[in-house]
Amino acid sequence: MVDNILEVRNLTKYFKTKKGLLHAVDNISFTLERGKTLGIVGESGCGKSTIGRSILRLIEPTSGEIIFNGEDLMKLNTLQMRSMRTKMQIIFQDPYSSLNPRRTVSQTISEAIELNHLIHDKKDIEKRVSELMDMVGLADRFANSYPHELDGGRRQRIGIARALSVNPEFIVCDEPVSALDVSIQAQILNLLKELQSKLKLSYIFITHDMSAVNYFSDDITVMYLGKMVEKSPVEDLFLQPEHPYTKALLSAVPIPEYHKEKRKRIILRGEVKSPINLPDECRFSSRCQEFCDVCKGSEPQLKEIRKDHFVACHNVT
Amino acid sequence: MDKHEFALDVSNLTVEYVTSDGIVHAVNDIDLKIPPQKSVGLVGETGAGKTSTALAIMNLIPSPPGVIRSGKIILNGYDVLHMKDSELNQVRGSEVAMIFQDPMTALNPVLNIGEQIEESILLHEDVTRDEAHEQACEMLEMVGIDRSRIYDYPHQLSGGMKQRVIIAIALCCNPHLLIADEPTTALDVTIQAQVLDLISNLRDEYRTAMLLITHDLGIVADMCDEVSVMYAGRIVEHGTVEEVFTNTKHPYTEGLFDSLPKINDRKSLLKPIIGLMPDPTELPEGCTFAPRCRYAMDKCFKRRPSLNAISDTHEVSCLAYEDPVFSIERNKHGR
Ligand SMILES: Nc1ncnc2c1ncn2[C@@H]1O[C@H](COP(=O)(O)OP(=O)(O)OP(=O)(O)O)[C@@H](O)[C@H]1O
Ligand SMILES: Nc1ncnc2c1ncn2[C@@H]1O[C@H](COP(=O)(O)OP(=O)(O)OP(=O)(O)O)[C@@H](O)[C@H]1O
Ligand SMILES: [Mg+2]
Ligand SMILES: [Mg+2]
Repeated sequence: MVDNILEVRNLTKYFKTKKGLLHAVDNISFTLERGKTLGIVGESGCGKSTIGRSILRLIEPTSGEIIFNGEDLMKLNTLQMRSMRTKMQIIFQDPYSSLNPRRTVSQTISEAIELNHLIHDKKDIEKRVSELMDMVGLADRFANSYPHELDGGRRQRIGIARALSVNPEFIVCDEPVSALDVSIQAQILNLLKELQSKLKLSYIFITHDMSAVNYFSDDITVMYLGKMVEKSPVEDLFLQPEHPYTKALLSAVPIPEYHKEKRKRIILRGEVKSPINLPDECRFSSRCQEFCDVCKGSEPQLKEIRKDHFVACHNVT
Repeated sequence: MDKHEFALDVSNLTVEYVTSDGIVHAVNDIDLKIPPQKSVGLVGETGAGKTSTALAIMNLIPSPPGVIRSGKIILNGYDVLHMKDSELNQVRGSEVAMIFQDPMTALNPVLNIGEQIEESILLHEDVTRDEAHEQACEMLEMVGIDRSRIYDYPHQLSGGMKQRVIIAIALCCNPHLLIADEPTTALDVTIQAQVLDLISNLRDEYRTAMLLITHDLGIVADMCDEVSVMYAGRIVEHGTVEEVFTNTKHPYTEGLFDSLPKINDRKSLLKPIIGLMPDPTELPEGCTFAPRCRYAMDKCFKRRPSLNAISDTHEVSCLAYEDPVFSIERNKHGR
């Protein structure tokens, strides 16, 4: 039996806007095996963060089930949910705005420990904070610094230490390195990988960086305008992408290697559709290079085209 | 005007910002040459001094607090730092155009995009309003936006479309040099590919030289002929893309490559560069990269290296090469 820490079924989140109903996340299902990483990729606005936040119920899903360690989170009340969040945590993209500017590093890290009464003795809390700082590679001398005094990489380390402070089993990493320089990105990615094996963590890793997701994930989900368009083990997806959007996405990634000839790549034309009041047709049709009549007829459903590889495209069977 | 040897010839450029926290040494005595019709990439991390270099070339360093402490900037024959404002305005746009790092501030929110393209055409070309309008429509189509959208305001466009309008404005007067400061950093990869494809097509069509500022070595590989690697306000390595990518010399350049996850290789661990870039108000003496360098020796902390030629086109600034058998790890086991 596979031990799934998380199972998401038919997760949907609509936002009411002045212009109509905005389909941020539409009927998404997936499972995450304990100790593994599921990567979620797709372009800005496709609903990645909304999935991450919905799973922790930091925003209320419109419908769907979120089964965490066998328990349906949608059935929990606010208090129960709060204590559940000691098992599930999130690391945010922006290490600048996600930290309280008036709290020192040690206050930030100890906050959740105190709030959840995980440790009572002041001395023990101090010890735990210093242990966490050590774990994420923050020198002790920063304990009394404020976030604005630190660089982006160190701030992201604070965010990680804060997430780890409650001993979670599962962490949503929402673009944890996007705001950082490459040399610092690598430091943080290595740290997250190291922590995963040391603490047996399960991750959802949200990113728009295809190289990072390949390095980091076991399974990968490609999103387009709120829909899952492809899902597979990571090797299979990179070796043999099937959805026209995934193909374009992979071919668009600039590769830092010298090549004499210009690389052939798929250049998409057309514009991304608005996520508001979507018609019943393939959401990618406005930009798809394999567009044909059936694409206008209805929205394609996710089909398993080979073992564990799912694609939602009328032209892929 | 193609008689000049270089589209851009910068020498000994030093830019400082005088602040209450001290003097920020943003650009320190750099040279940068771009042959006509060639594209040169300028790469480096946040705060390396890339934007300051670009602004200096346009003579747009905000002053105060910025000061161009020294340097000579020859732009297609024009001595940019010694020109009257009126001449300078003519040069900007017709000789050199810049795509700024922050696309949100580059367009005026209260003018429609047609007006903004027309304005730029009228500033530099002797045409009527109607002619400018027609040219603007053509420009818009060239960057892949339907001419019916010419009366749209910036907020009605997606990020990628805005960036394409900015490119249209930059290129409408056919400049000899295009400076593009992270032109696609804010965009998604598929849109980025679209915009880069557009820039390279227009560049080839108009025979424009380009200074492309980016922190993405993949973009450099795709777009550039040569590359300069900048660290703490200095150029630490320069060469053709082939040289810098296949025969990397500077330990910092090596560190940048090692930090990147490889899209075809999930197994090998990333090798980050330890530590952080030094505070530009207190640059260490000696080599500014020494505190983070895995090969640093005593002398590196005392003596400042200068750029030395390895070939006609390849230069590196690193004291380790005083030892003729020195080689960085990347070059030891092949790749
Ligand atoms: N509170 C909200 N109210 C209305 N619309 C929202 C809200 N939050 C998100 N959206 C919309 O939902 C869609 C999905 O947004 P989301 O932030 O999940 O995207 P994302 O994939 O994380 O994008 P990015 O890569 O830019 O972070 C977008 O169209 C966004 O504008
Ligand atoms: N107006 C200013 N006043 C004070 N310091 C400045 C100013 N503009 C830039 N600097 C400083 O000069 C240094 C170089 O900045 P610059 O913007 O040129 O770097 P960059 O390489 O373009 O970085 P990024 O990748 O973040 O765009 C930095 O330390 C920066 O903080
Ligand atoms: Mg997001
Ligand atoms: Mg910059």
